[in-house]
Amino acid sequence: MAEFGPRFLEWSIQIAYLAIAISFALTVFRLLRGPTLADRVVSLDMLALLGIGFIGVFSVATQQYAFLDVAIALALVGFLATVAFARYVYRGALIKRRIPAPSEEGAD
Amino acid sequence: MIEFFGGILVLIGAAFSLIAAIGLVRLPDIYLRMHAATKAGTLGAGLVLIALALESQQIEVAARAVSGVLFLLFTAPIAAHLLGRAGYLSGAPLWSQTRFDDLAGKYGSDGRRLAGMPRETLMKDAPDRSD
Repeated sequence: MAEFGPRFLEWSIQIAYLAIAISFALTVFRLLRGPTLADRVVSLDMLALLGIGFIGVFSVATQQYAFLDVAIALALVGFLATVAFARYVYRGALIKRRIPAPSEEGAD
Repeated sequence: MIEFFGGILVLIGAAFSLIAAIGLVRLPDIYLRMHAATKAGTLGAGLVLIALALESQQIEVAARAVSGVLFLLFTAPIAAHLLGRAGYLSGAPLWSQTRFDDLAGKYGSDGRRLAGMPRETLMKDAPDRSD
């Protein structure tokens, strides 16, 4: 059992690298393909989540726990980017419908 | 033993990330894609961070990892809600076999306020900013 644990962790890290790499490829496919702008924003959000997962696996593999701060900062930036892009999509929808944007409100 | 549980968590987290990415490609419209990306993607990243917390065996690393997981769990619904609302208002098409669209015709010409809902209930605590 003392030998089995580290070897199992090593194997699962390799498999996790592979799975996350495939996930990156699929997400980039949706990012390039996505029929609407909102699809691309969803893909960008998913890319940030995959980056967090990849940094976590890398940090487990190399025992470099300083990368955890990078993951938390990436989570913050990803959230703010998603919120900002959602606002852009929303404003674009208002402009396309010729509705005056609520420029003074700011609470939408 | 801790390596074993850490490896299990890393594997499950990576599997959820892969399922989320497959759902992102395979599902038919943006709302279903968002369902995959938000829930399964958050769970994947969160499980990997929990594995990191378990594996490090240092209390400060574990605290940072758990705070990162909590941040993900708090922000994912907000981002998904904003994106879904913006996507619906921008006219992203629904799946052809969608049966119910409860919001159909309820956003009106305004694009901001749900029609048919009295203004008082919606803006009860907010000051009047409509004009």
